[in-house]
Amino acid sequence: MKIVVCIKQVPDTKGGVVFNPDGTLNRGAMLTIMNPDDKAGLEAALRIKEQTGAEVIVLTMGLPKADDVLREAMAMGADRGILVTDRVLGGADTWATSTTIAGAIRNLDYDLIITGRQAIDGDTAQVGPQIAEHLGLPVVSYAEDIKVEGNTVIVKRQFDDRYHELKVEMPCLITALSELNEPRYMTPGGIFDAFDNGEVTVWGRADLKDVDDKDLGLKGSPTKIARASDKVRKGAGETVKDLDPQGAVDYIMGKLTEKHVI
Amino acid sequence: MALEDYKGVFTFAEQVDHKITGVSLELIGKGKELAQELDDKTVTAVLIGHNVKDLADTLAEYGADRVIVVDDAELETYRTEPYAQALAGVINEFKPEIMLVGATAIGRDLGPTVSARVATGLTADCTMLEIGDFPLEAKEGVEQKHKQLLMTRPAFGGNTIATIACPDNRPQMATVRPGVMVKAERKPGAKAEVVEFNPGIVKNNRFVEILNIVKDTTKVENIMDAKILVSGGRGVGSAENFKLLEDLADALHGTVSCSRAVVDNGWKPKDLQVGQTGKTVRPQVYFAIGISGAIQHVAGMEDSDIIIAINKDENAPIFDVADYGIVGDLNKIVPALTKAINEYNANKD
Repeated sequence: MKIVVCIKQVPDTKGGVVFNPDGTLNRGAMLTIMNPDDKAGLEAALRIKEQTGAEVIVLTMGLPKADDVLREAMAMGADRGILVTDRVLGGADTWATSTTIAGAIRNLDYDLIITGRQAIDGDTAQVGPQIAEHLGLPVVSYAEDIKVEGNTVIVKRQFDDRYHELKVEMPCLITALSELNEPRYMTPGGIFDAFDNGEVTVWGRADLKDVDDKDLGLKGSPTKIARASDKVRKGAGETVKDLDPQGAVDYIMGKLTEKHVI
Repeated sequence: MALEDYKGVFTFAEQVDHKITGVSLELIGKGKELAQELDDKTVTAVLIGHNVKDLADTLAEYGADRVIVVDDAELETYRTEPYAQALAGVINEFKPEIMLVGATAIGRDLGPTVSARVATGLTADCTMLEIGDFPLEAKEGVEQKHKQLLMTRPAFGGNTIATIACPDNRPQMATVRPGVMVKAERKPGAKAEVVEFNPGIVKNNRFVEILNIVKDTTKVENIMDAKILVSGGRGVGSAENFKLLEDLADALHGTVSCSRAVVDNGWKPKDLQVGQTGKTVRPQVYFAIGISGAIQHVAGMEDSDIIIAINKDENAPIFDVADYGIVGDLNKIVPALTKAINEYNANKD
């Protein structure tokens, strides 16, 4: 069995967002991490590997420095990595990104593709289902649990007020929620192997199969950014201190009645 | 197919268990506003399911001019492939200029699948939609297109916002965050033109089998629907101490929610979590009690109409977004506030 896990290197918004003096985000000062939903997807794949001896291939699209996130995945237990990087692929929206990744995956044998539900920088949740669409595969998104049974996968699919237990034939694509599991840590031996001897294949535009230039990169993106700005944060209102509890209650009651909340 | 052949605003009327979801009605309301600025002013709701035609009247009462009903036994319960066949079939046949879908657990699966199938762009989780020019400013040597759908969405955990257009592909597709747009006023008895259409749902390798459907009855209240949220953080101290917040929520007819730290400590379930990795809420009143106000939390609640923060640390960042901040001991203030509200309500009746 072969599993392809798609992962993304993202800025770490959880470890503390860094602002410039003018209130804009200082992206250069932020650390990068493996996207949390993707990491849960990788962990799910590694657990299937432990059961079935599956080969786990991690694939990422990004800048050359995204090599790091593939090494991290291999230090956790992935067998090998593929880095899709090329200047002409930059500025891609979800359509162009999914076209690119599908073009890379067409070179591989696979039974199961796992992606994260969404990345914490874009939060779109679109690339996984769109890869499935380009490859003509069944897709199950928002997976809370994944079990392989023979040639099928049993998935617990989360909805707003319920879950569906679904049976899906392989080959298929599943998008993972970070609630799926608690990803393992890299092992010291794994880190040594991954960073010194790990196999990372680098692919560019020429290596993508059955894709058209008109569907790639910034030019191939149907959605275009009209305007982007760092969010203007709401200013502070008023803060009162040194009130005794009754004074605080009177203050809040005054506001609630003034605003017709009660 | 020329772009100008695509006409009208279409909305996906999501139904679950034969009930139209709230965001579907919000999409019709927003669709009507957008259509006023377009040449074709009709708003068409696309209703997909099995034996659901009777729901068309509800859609009409909330402003749909036309309802396209796709009815098929395969569409009884949501599954990606048959629903994608249905919606893509409608798009290919009726050629909408704009296609709006709710950013729900269904819409965020159906939207990307359908947009890829009909080869157009999709903008996720929009919080603002308007009709305007692209590029926004006229530039020499660049064609400026008019009457484009401009879709605004937060990204980066709410730290940035971007406005996006889809100038060269149709339909212009967006998923829209629930609770942001406003429903039109209901007009009882209003009728829409009802068109029954079935593109032919074809079984293929992409169908999945539903083995089991488990409704989570513990999710009694959806914090995204609450008008008043009483939200607690690490400062509440324990699962037991949330009783203080529950009493306050009862007095206000509100709902309890929480920060990530509370979920990580196992004091409350994940469904109640507000923030970047939880839910985005915008109630009329948000009480942040014992919540320090990490940026990931603030991203999920800062658009609330009124934010009232109670925290003993006067340097807590929550006070930077609060409309009314109270530095003090929640264990003393919250029960006294509950008592005052109960007394106020008793005297009012």
